[in-house]
Amino acid sequence: MSQNDEAESEQLSLLPGPRRRRATSRPAPKAAQTDPVARVVVDTGLAHLDRLFDYLVPADLADATRRDILRRAVEGELSVSRLAEAYPMSFAAVQKHIAVLERVGLVTKQRRGRELLVTSDRDAVDRARRALDELAEAWKGRVQRMADLLAEGN
Amino acid sequence: MELTVDQDLDALTLTVTATFDHPVDKVWDLYADPRKLERWWGPPGAPATVIEHDLHAGGIVHYKMTIDGGQEHHGRWDVESVDAPNSFVVLDRFANADGSPAADMPTTTMRFALAPTEAGCQMVCVAEYASRELHLDKGRLSNETRRAA
Repeated sequence: MSQNDEAESEQLSLLPGPRRRRATSRPAPKAAQTDPVARVVVDTGLAHLDRLFDYLVPADLADATRRDILRRAVEGELSVSRLAEAYPMSFAAVQKHIAVLERVGLVTKQRRGRELLVTSDRDAVDRARRALDELAEAWKGRVQRMADLLAEGN
Repeated sequence: MELTVDQDLDALTLTVTATFDHPVDKVWDLYADPRKLERWWGPPGAPATVIEHDLHAGGIVHYKMTIDGGQEHHGRWDVESVDAPNSFVVLDRFANADGSPAADMPTTTMRFALAPTEAGCQMVCVAEYASRELHLDKGRLSNETRRAA
């Protein structure tokens, strides 16, 4: 094989397996409420895919997927391509979810050789959880005091 | 009074949903009347005093919380929008004693919505952390001070 063919094979091996398109058309999926359209770049190095795509992020997959990606990242390091195999959506869509988790500081990507690993920033996850827990406790107290004040009457 | 609290770890939001046996106007008053607001905003160990209160778009609410020993922590709401008595949005921030915003501190956006129900009123508050650097809610300061002492 020529060098180019080898390089392309390596890159193609990162893609999840081919999906068969069903002959019957399906209704358009309900889009996610926030960020319904992800403008993505497909990271395969194939020239004809080297442009921006608009991907419709399905509502039922959006949040559950991010939580699942976070769970996997907390359990152990995973390459972006291995993560992508786990979800019934395009590689680019998985990258978009990872990007959201990165933006809020819950995961980081680290290059190891040719692979991109998604790791959880445990400290950030713990801090986030603790901060939200504490805010929740503060509000439980506030709502009780509001109810007490209302009961006092005017 | 009923209460549910939901956390969204990747959006860094907390959603508080509470129902009260009183009408919307009375619940709205708890925010709109500074003398009422300061009676419930802070916990018993760090009661709040509202110093300035202008609950209109562009206005600010300046308050302080006084820890048992007399130590004061100031905060403020930058009021983004108000639709009395149905909803309002503020940016909750740390403040200096003169009410000016403290530099380089995280902020929390809070969106409040009140809606009438059969029995009274439902309040929904969505609090969203704006920063990756998370700090304790000012309402917890009293416990923090005790631990540090």
